[in-house]
Amino acid sequence: MTSRIILAGFGGQGILFAGKQLAKTAMHKGRHVSWLPSYGPEMRGGAANCSVIISDKEIGSPIISQPDILVALSLPSFSKFEPAVSEGGLLFANSSLIPEKSKRGDIKAHYIPATELAAKNGLAGGANVIMLGYLLYVTRLFDYDELIGNILSSIPASKSALIEGNKKALLLGYEYRG
Amino acid sequence: MVVFERPRSLSPLPFHYCPGCTHGTVHRLVAEAIDALEIERRTVGIAPVGCAVLAYDYFECDMVEAPHGRAPAVATGVKRTRPDCIVFTYQGDGDLAAIGTAEIVHAGARGENITIIFINNAVYGMTGGQMAPTTLPGQITTTSPYGRNVKTQGYPIRICELLSTLDGVAYAERVAVSNPKNVLRAKAAIEKAFRYQTEGRGLSIVEVLSSCPTNWGMTPVEALRWVEEAMIPCYPLDVFKDTGAKGGMNK
Amino acid sequence: MSQKVLMKGNEALAEAALRCGCLYFFGYPITPQSEVSEYMAKRLPQAGGLCLQAESEVAAINMVLGAAAAGVRAMTSSSSPGISLMSEGISYLVGSDLPCLICNIQRGGPGLGGIQPTQQDYLQATKAPGHGDMHLYVVAPASVQEMAGLVARAFDVADTYRTPALLLADGALGQMMEPVDFDAALSVRRDLPEKSWATTGHGGKRKKNIVNSLYLSPEALERSVLSRQERYREIERTEVLCEETDTADAEIILVAYGISARICRSALEAARAMGIRAGLLRPITLWPYPRAALLRAAGHAKHFLVVELNIGQMVDDVRVATQCHRPVSFFGRCGGMLPTPEDVLAEIVKIHESIREEGA
Repeated sequence: MTSRIILAGFGGQGILFAGKQLAKTAMHKGRHVSWLPSYGPEMRGGAANCSVIISDKEIGSPIISQPDILVALSLPSFSKFEPAVSEGGLLFANSSLIPEKSKRGDIKAHYIPATELAAKNGLAGGANVIMLGYLLYVTRLFDYDELIGNILSSIPASKSALIEGNKKALLLGYEYRG
Repeated sequence: MVVFERPRSLSPLPFHYCPGCTHGTVHRLVAEAIDALEIERRTVGIAPVGCAVLAYDYFECDMVEAPHGRAPAVATGVKRTRPDCIVFTYQGDGDLAAIGTAEIVHAGARGENITIIFINNAVYGMTGGQMAPTTLPGQITTTSPYGRNVKTQGYPIRICELLSTLDGVAYAERVAVSNPKNVLRAKAAIEKAFRYQTEGRGLSIVEVLSSCPTNWGMTPVEALRWVEEAMIPCYPLDVFKDTGAKGGMNK
Repeated sequence: MSQKVLMKGNEALAEAALRCGCLYFFGYPITPQSEVSEYMAKRLPQAGGLCLQAESEVAAINMVLGAAAAGVRAMTSSSSPGISLMSEGISYLVGSDLPCLICNIQRGGPGLGGIQPTQQDYLQATKAPGHGDMHLYVVAPASVQEMAGLVARAFDVADTYRTPALLLADGALGQMMEPVDFDAALSVRRDLPEKSWATTGHGGKRKKNIVNSLYLSPEALERSVLSRQERYREIERTEVLCEETDTADAEIILVAYGISARICRSALEAARAMGIRAGLLRPITLWPYPRAALLRAAGHAKHFLVVELNIGQMVDDVRVATQCHRPVSFFGRCGGMLPTPEDVLAEIVKIHESIREEGA
């Protein structure tokens, strides 16, 4: 069983962080994982994406041409990657910033206003983790505790103020029901 | 009673330098300084590319031969990994003031605790007398056959003045080895440049105005006179920086 | 709990170097390898070492030269344009018989090129990393785990044979994260020779040491070059590494290293699923090159397909190694463009069909 996941959005939305959480959690479950970021002059503001592969067997190419799962946080990233989602794949779209709906009948699309939810709950910058929560609820990739444990362990002691926010954000996404 | 003997730190080998060249004098002064401070057991010298490329044979301490101009970077690598070693470079004007400008400036800016012996003879010696960054305006060389034209070939670089502006430089003095009095001053300067390293003060540089009778087309005596009459007016002998002097003198 | 940590290739190579006793790093920032010096800047001072940002790659490699001359394990890392700048110092390191590690996390060229992953420096790395008759021990990892393991091996080979070693990776391997088990990666340790040649001050206890690459006598220079060649022959005999996957019964053998080998592995699985007998031979050392394994494979394979992120730099090495017994095709992208496994599979299918036609 192999999951090919692309997370995409603007630089600064925490795309790479979110992808890393999936990879790390899977690694701790003993799965093979790879995490490949886009890199270059796009640290902030520009487009950012990363490819995460989780597999039971050794991973060949870390590059994903057809994701099984797309997590899109911005309209340009939706436009770029939605057509590439593999048949039968899953789409998670941040409907706060993506006014469009997927027209594909061969994939299952899920929409969540992650940016608005974050803003309403005082979780600025938390849309990425809200998306992860929703992804987790739909896919059951991991147990809830495994993912939140890994997210919290990624927060350095100097930023412990972020712990509560991340807990809240993951739960918000996990409990979101459209 | 022995009144004149070879310094311990100078190898018992004949120099390959041309008759009348002052490299030999400066080598001796460096060796005397190493002897005086009794540091030869922990000294590592960095030889340049240029006439003094074989300097690794002439000093009785461990030696590394560096690529052209890179001696301060090589010295940095040795000194930073072996801080107890006394590390010096011996470089000419093409090596230090042309191809190696970045390396010497940044070694100075970093305050590398090393000693630089810089030979300025206003010409590329080993390759046969081409124009150097230190060639005087109007000076004829094989690549400035009509005399150095500052409009097209630029102006001489005054290294000591330039480096003395850097906070990491502890000591910068220009000397000449053109007469006995100047040689004694040069000896004191070179010894100070090594002593400052033992005191951990930062980068010390002694610029030595030297003669090159072969490439200047002069007799040795004429060449020494030319150092004094032509070079010193362009490159004044002075202490440009001395953090060990009263009040940390900086001109 | 597994011993594994999730790390970028650039960070893993830095951590591995540190764990191998390399406490001295000299570098200059360049994408896509800056994490190496950032990691070292953070960790080396804690470990009692030094990370020094030089004024240029030219200075950085010469600081490595000085540190290596002083007998310590030292390294630098850069990306393609920076490696070009270092080629002078690399040649001097070879001429002075100094061990060290140089990492090239390749990007696109020529010129300023681009910052995306390529393998466009293969020829530079394996044939002409500097002037003079010289080689580097060149290793090409294909995973983050291997980034760590090959750092250890490269240092050991460098110290054993007094030669600089080059780790040739690319932007994708440098930037990607995968699990690393450092204990496993660094489990092999060798007995290494004393560095009695190092310039550390003679202490009055021995004759002075000279680290030098200059020989004014042609006879002496020739002797020096030839004695280094003898060490190269020994490295060729004992230090070649390659990995073979499904080659035993393969008609079509893919030859690829580094990130291209990862892409090929995916293509290979797809080909096998279609019933095509394909295999993958992955050189892990690029110099010395796994010629014997390729010649062996040429005994039964019908066709070789070389896949690289360049316009065909290793392909001639495959032709030479297989002594042109079998046709050798090439497929590659360059400039930072990455082929997909589907692209490679299409090439395999084409070759498969041509073999069938010939057979018919």
